[in-house]
This record gives sequence, structure tokens and C-alpha cells, in this order.
Amino acid sequence: MLAYLVRRLTYGVGVVFGVLLFLFVLFFTVTSPDDVARKALGERVPPAVIEQWKANHGYDQPLFPGPGAWTENMLFEHYRRMLTFDFGRSDADDTPIAQRIRSGMMPSLTLTLPLFGLSLLTAIPLALLVAFFRETYIDRLGVVISVLAMSVSILLYIIGAQYVVGRLLHWFPISGFDSDPQLIVRFLALPLLVGVLAGIGGDVRFYRTVFLEESNTDYVRTARAKGCGEGRIMARHVFRNSLIPLLTRIILAIPFLFMGSLLLESFFGIPGLGAITVDAIQGNDFSVLRTMVYIGSLLFVFGQIVTDLSYGLVDPRVRLE
Amino acid sequence: MEAHIVSNAVVGVLLVGLAALVVGVRRSRLWSDAFREIWVRRRGAICVIALYLTVALLDSIAWVGGMADGKDAVARHQAQSLIDRLFVDSQERSYSAPLAAHEFYGGAPLERPGSHLLGTDLIGRDVFYLSLKGARVALLIGGLTSLLAIPLALLFGVPAGYFGGRLDDVVFFVMSTLASMPGLLLLIALIMVLGKSTLAICFALAVTGWVGFCRVARGETLKLRELEYVSAARALGVSESRILLRHILPNLMHLVIITFVLMFSGLVLSEAILSWLGIGVDGSWGQMIDQARNELSRDPVVWWNVAAAGAALFGLILSVNFVGDALRDTLDPRTIREAE
Amino acid sequence: MSALLEVEGLTTTFPGRDGPLPIVDGNDLRVERGEVLALVGESGCGKSMTALSLMRLVPKPGKIVAGRVMLGGRNLLELPVKEMRAVRGRRVAMIFQEPMTSLNPVIRVGDQVVEAIRLHESVSRSQARARCLELFGEVGIPDPEARLDAYPHQLSGGLKQRVMIAMALSARPDLLIADEPTTALDVTIQAQIVRLLQDLQRRTGMSILLITHDLGIVNELSDRVAVMYAGRIIEVGTRPEIFRAAAHPYTQGLLRSNPVLATRGERLPEIAGVVPSPESWSEACRFATRCSRRFEPCLGEVPTATFVGDGHWAACHALAGESSEGGEP
Repeated sequence: MLAYLVRRLTYGVGVVFGVLLFLFVLFFTVTSPDDVARKALGERVPPAVIEQWKANHGYDQPLFPGPGAWTENMLFEHYRRMLTFDFGRSDADDTPIAQRIRSGMMPSLTLTLPLFGLSLLTAIPLALLVAFFRETYIDRLGVVISVLAMSVSILLYIIGAQYVVGRLLHWFPISGFDSDPQLIVRFLALPLLVGVLAGIGGDVRFYRTVFLEESNTDYVRTARAKGCGEGRIMARHVFRNSLIPLLTRIILAIPFLFMGSLLLESFFGIPGLGAITVDAIQGNDFSVLRTMVYIGSLLFVFGQIVTDLSYGLVDPRVRLE
Repeated sequence: MEAHIVSNAVVGVLLVGLAALVVGVRRSRLWSDAFREIWVRRRGAICVIALYLTVALLDSIAWVGGMADGKDAVARHQAQSLIDRLFVDSQERSYSAPLAAHEFYGGAPLERPGSHLLGTDLIGRDVFYLSLKGARVALLIGGLTSLLAIPLALLFGVPAGYFGGRLDDVVFFVMSTLASMPGLLLLIALIMVLGKSTLAICFALAVTGWVGFCRVARGETLKLRELEYVSAARALGVSESRILLRHILPNLMHLVIITFVLMFSGLVLSEAILSWLGIGVDGSWGQMIDQARNELSRDPVVWWNVAAAGAALFGLILSVNFVGDALRDTLDPRTIREAE
Repeated sequence: MSALLEVEGLTTTFPGRDGPLPIVDGNDLRVERGEVLALVGESGCGKSMTALSLMRLVPKPGKIVAGRVMLGGRNLLELPVKEMRAVRGRRVAMIFQEPMTSLNPVIRVGDQVVEAIRLHESVSRSQARARCLELFGEVGIPDPEARLDAYPHQLSGGLKQRVMIAMALSARPDLLIADEPTTALDVTIQAQIVRLLQDLQRRTGMSILLITHDLGIVNELSDRVAVMYAGRIIEVGTRPEIFRAAAHPYTQGLLRSNPVLATRGERLPEIAGVVPSPESWSEACRFATRCSRRFEPCLGEVPTATFVGDGHWAACHALAGESSEGGEP
């Protein structure tokens, strides 16, 4: 168990190093610091100004290690900064990135956590219901509705909900955010509705497939043959076996809750990490973008390790060695 | 070479490829049976897809000249596709509602009243025309990206699964690394670095999209490698490359087809999100929907632009999803029901 | 005394390309109390579907469309779902071909047997556990105490099948349906399981419907034999009659092609051709395409049962012709 954990962690660290290398190639060699400076300052600025900008933003070292500069180069600096969570300042507006991330985390979580819970609470019971009525019209109808819901672009959900609920019915404010808990509920209602709607089709279909796969197994037939009722079979036999694929999907989704939702946040004016990322895209802010990618993969690697460990809890066949 | 000549050539190649595929499918009992079943189950959806394909093809065949002396003098000297030629001189000055005779705001008379089936947009372009042109963009995004991603996935996944060892370790590490980055963020990062050309966007979509299929291809190859007829071929001294080409690859084809179809709708939807973020492909339905943000807050509301683009996008994605579902049911052995 | 189980005209269909296919096609079957009836046939002939139909466990989209399954004076096919559930496991139990996958992988085997016990008897958990321990001993599981808390993957195939048998016996059923119980096991284990079934049957006096394609096991275990071909039962008789004087050309071919029963040194005869797929099942004699004794009527109509001995009949036009020529009743 301990040996497994150590091996798994080592591999995770390897993957994070791989991600950092990928980011370096992308953000330092394909687009050099000179390009970034020109994007920030304009095409026709004198080289001296560019050098000054690079010095201010900490891009003024050679890219690769060479004789006498084993640590004084961008590659080393890139790894050092990222691994010590010293993210520096934004390329666009000079604010400290770490501070922006800290301030964006809470608004993101206030949106994504309820969204995640609501999605699970609607999709899993619906999928169980549809799977319970397999090969009937309820099942077929459920699948068709799921596919219909999946085929609508999330953009249309956003526009549609905002127009119908916000403008025609005037139920909820169209966008905005507040730290007052009572107001938050009103501001979050619309993005939550859109988020649940946009995800439910794919979720129900996925969970239904998992449940159906389990209900077609031999041990379910055995349970029926010994006189088990369908409800008991679903709850005791099918659901417990479905936990294995379900956990993978659920645990792996948790890290991304911290990253927020790009579209929902930017559109509904929630100042979370998603909105910060969208600002970074619009402002050509490479430093913020690569920090977000890095944090995202850190969380993902962590989530994956937790998933692997959780297999040992739900599946007696898995031994963590 | 001129862009439209390249485009015409590509269309030609694609048509020849399609014809070859049809002949190949008809020759194989297994495949023709499978496709007949899908045709029976999803006739409507397949017809809709064929309609989109036809529009996209008509919009891809272009040539210079042969235009009547219209108002648009520039168009006469540019390559115009068949679709362009149908809508020559359809330009108005601003918004007009479907089949209206006057401009939507202000009420100035239109150049060609009543001719705009779905109205015109902010700068007076015919919305029906724009919606039709979106088909080519969508199919280009889905098709080009799949053409990049699927061979890439096979190229890495199949040898990794077949040979195992160090090669497998490296491929698996690369896949883990790419998969650990949040998909949309990675996509955005790539596009911002590579630029916003159509090719760059498709490349970025391919880089983020190939990992999933690569994992499937690797897993399936691992399974196939252990099958008896592969061991038998190896025992008989058949070369490794021949085994890969004759025994492994053909047995992955059903997965390739399922992946292609399921990936396609995901790609087109992703592009719509990118358009929304301002880094999409020009002329896509996503861009038309993006514009609607402002149009829906106008008073009175301009709805036809977003309705047309949304319906066009929805129609394509829905039919592709339906066909993809049927394909998975028919071709994926895991779901084939046991007769006994 | 009336038979334990009496099946009449049982028909189960699956949807096919051109309408429903009768995988089980109007079959009659009788199981006496305390007897072992073997249902024999090649794979794909509908044996397992017959068994599952009796339990009303036909997998969707299959459907039982006609027939009666009489057990203790009640037609199982007409029972409300809830009462049928009380029959399953309690009156009729079933074991399957694949012990590897027939047990739930994430539940301890003891708990799975306890569940079966408590579904039919209101006993406490600890009482059920004690009973489970007893059953494990009965079916010959060594060190039963320790096995109770094992997960299926920790047991060998033979042990898993013993657990399945223990589970099936837990409510002391009148009829045990054993669907290819030894096919997935090693040869030495097969013999052990056969001996165990034989032993249990003698001790408890229950009836067994044994479904198999293995004539060796039929010879060892069964009292009577029913032979199935392409959805229909085509011959029924006592074991000695069938092995000594099979009447149907298909049964004869089946016996001739069995290595255990063949003469040493001779080339093993085989039945030409393969079992037709359900799509091409005809409305005449379905064996006609492979039959060496085929004549005109075989391609025209369904053969009816002809009695050739005491409780021994076969459905074959050639037999019907002989018996009418001979003027037998």
C-alpha cells in the first residue's frame, strides 16, 4: 500500500514535470518572450523598451541552460517559479497572479459546488429510473431526450435562459454577483439552471449505460434467479458495482470545480477563475493562462491519485500494490 | 496556387475517397450488413447529414468569372462558389426581418424586398446565405480535425499496445501529460500561441482530441495482440509490420468509425465555444450565435440570426449524434446481444 | 402421482429482422418428482432459453408468447411478479454455466448466500449465517468458516460453482435447473461437481433439470433425456432407451459422433452441416437439411410425435411412415 502510494506519487510528479515542459515549449519557445512583449506593447516599439519590459516581467534571461548559466535561465526559472507557487505578475496588468487566483477561487466554488451537487442529484436518479425501465418506451424516450439535450450548444442554453427567464419572466437577475448570501442565491439561480441543463443529457446517458451494463451481467441474473426484487437488485447489486466507473467520473470532476466554469462565469458576471481565464484570453495574458493550465493539471493529477486509491475501497478485486 | 483551386482539388479527392469507401463497404459482407441496419434505423438522420454535406460541397466548388454584370463588381473577379452565385447581389444595408420589405430599424426600403428568407444581419448580409455557408465551416472543422487526430492516435496507440515495453511507457506518459491538462484551457492556450487560422484551430483541437482515441486504440491492440490468430501469424513468421497492417488495423476500423462520428459533434460544439471566446473560425455558426449576445438585448429583439445559426447547428449535431448512437450499438461488440 | 413440473406449448420469441423468431418453439416437457431430466442439444438450439423461460428470466428483448408452466397446480407464466419471485429460489432454483461471473464480485460469497436464505425465510442474520456454514459443508467446501468472508475472485472456479450450488439449495427447492453446470470447469473438477449433484439429488430427493451438451454427463446423471434441435424438442425417452435405441436421426447422429461412446479405431462419424441459424428455421422438419433419411414430407410439414416405446417418442416423418406401414397403433 505505502509502496504503491510512493510509486503513484512519483509518477504524478513526473506528469507535472511533463506538463511544465510542455508549457515551456508552448509559452517560451513557440511564442518567445519577445513576442509576448510585442503583443503587450505594440508591434513598433524600440528594442530597448522591449528589453525593459522583459526585465520588469522577469523574462530577461537566456531561454536554455548554458555554460555558466545552469540556473540563470528561463527553463530553470519557469520550473522554480511554478513548483514554488511563485506565479509572478500578470503580463497584461501587472497584478500578482497568486492574489487573483486566491480571490477568484471562492466565487468559482460558490457556483461549481452547488452545480456539481445538483447535477449528480438529478442525473443519477434519472439514469437509474431510465435503466430500471430498460427496453420500454420510458427508456427510449429518456434516451431520445438525452440526445436532444446533448445536441444543443451550451451557448444556446445560456442565451435562451437569459432571454426567457431573465428578460421575459423577470424571475432572476441576468448577471452579477454579490458576497451577501441572500443575494447570491438570486444571482446564482440562472447560471445553475443553465449548467444543470447543459450537462444533464450527457450525464444521464453515461450513467444509464453504466447501469445497463451492470444489469446485463450474469450475477444480476443469479440474483433474479434466487428471488431478488428488481428494486433490491438495482440498489444492492447494480449500484454497488456501478460505483467503480461512477467514482472515476465523479472524483475526476472535483478538481475542476476549483477552476470554475469559463462560459458560465464570464457570461453571468461571476468573478471566479473562469472569468479570470476569459479575461486573460481577451487580454493576451499568457502568464495567467499558463498558470491556470498548470494549476488545472496539478489538481487533475491529485484527483487521479485519489481515484486510484478509492478503487481499493469499492472494489475488493483491486489490491493496491 | 489559388485557394479555390486547392479547395476544388480537395473536394475531388474527398469524393473519390468516398466512392472508394462505398465500393469497399459493398464488397464486405460484414460492413454492408452493418450499414444496411444503420440505414434502416436512422434513415432520417442520414438524409439530414447528406443534405448538410451537399450544401458544404456546393460551397466548396468555386471558380472565377461567369457572373452576370451585377452591382457587386468585386465579386466578378473573385472565386465564387455555387452557393455564392445563388445569392449574388443579396446585400442590404442593415437588419431586416425574414421576408420583410423594409429595414428593421428605421424602415428604409430594401434593395430586394421579400427575398431574404431568414432576414439580414447587422451589416445587411442574407442570414440564410450565411447559415448555408456555415455548413462548410462545420464540416471542415470536424473533418479536418478528425483527419489529423485519428491517424495520430493510431500511429502512437497501435505500436504502443502491440510492442509494449519502453515505447508503451513513453506513449503512455505523453498521453497522461496531455490528458492531465484541462481540455478547454489547453485548447485555448494552443490557439493563442499558434494563431487563429482555421488550420491552427483544427490542429489545436486535434492535439487535445487524439488522446482519448489513442487510449482506446492502445487498449484494443493490447487485447488483439493476445488473440490466437495473431500468435499463429507470429509463429508462422509473418513480419510484425504485416501483422499490424493485416490483422490489427482492420480490426480497429469499427472503433475508428465510431470515434470519428462521436468526435465530430464534440468538435463542432467546441468550435462554437471558441467562437464565443473570440477565437473561433470565421464564418462558423458559433460566430453567428456569438453576435446574438448583443442582438437579443436590442429592442425590439433581433432573433432570426441566432435562430438560424442555432437551428443549423442543432440539426447537424443531432443527426450526427443519432447516427453515432446507432453505429455504436451496431458495431461495438460489447453491446451485441447474445442469442443464447 | 402427478409430475412436479409440466410444460405445455412453451414458446419464447426474440425479435428478428423479419418478425419474431421462436427460439423456443412450442415445447412440451415433464419433470417427475425426484428424477433427473437431461435436456440435450448443440449450443444455439434453445436449451438455455427454455430453462430461463421456466424461471421467467428471459433476457430482453425476448418474450414468452405462449404455453403453460405448471408447478404445484399453478401456472408460473400467469403468476403475479411478486409470487413468481417467491417461486424463484424457493421452489425452483438455478445454477449457471459461468461460475466466474455468476457471483457478484463486490459482495462476500457468504453474504450472497445469506441474502438468498433471508429472501425466503424470516431468520436472523446470524441464523442465516449458521445455515450458510452448514450448506458450505454439505456442498463440500473445505474450511467453510474462512470461505464465508471470501470474495468471489478469491475462490477457484470449482469452489465458486459449489457456492452457487449452496445458494441454490439454501431454500430447499423442489427443482434445480442446472444450465451447463460443468462446461466452464476443468475436467477433474467437472467430475467432482457431477458427483456432488448426484449425491445431493439422492439425499434431498429434489428433481434436477440438467441442461448440457455433454453426453458423458447425461449418461452419468440422468434418468430421462429430452433432445432439442433448433428450438424444438425432437425426442424424449428414458436414458437407457435413448442410448440403446435412439429413434430420431439427429439423436442417432449425436450419439455416433460422441467419442466416449464410439468404437475405438474407427473414424468418428459426424453430422454433416451446421445448426441452422434461427432466421432460417423452416416450418417443416428443421433437421431435414442435414438428415440422411430425408424424403418428400420432411420439407413440407412439421413432424408430429411418434411413440416408439414406453414413454419414448420422437418427432420424425420417417418414423411416422414406418409405424403406419407396420400398422402399429
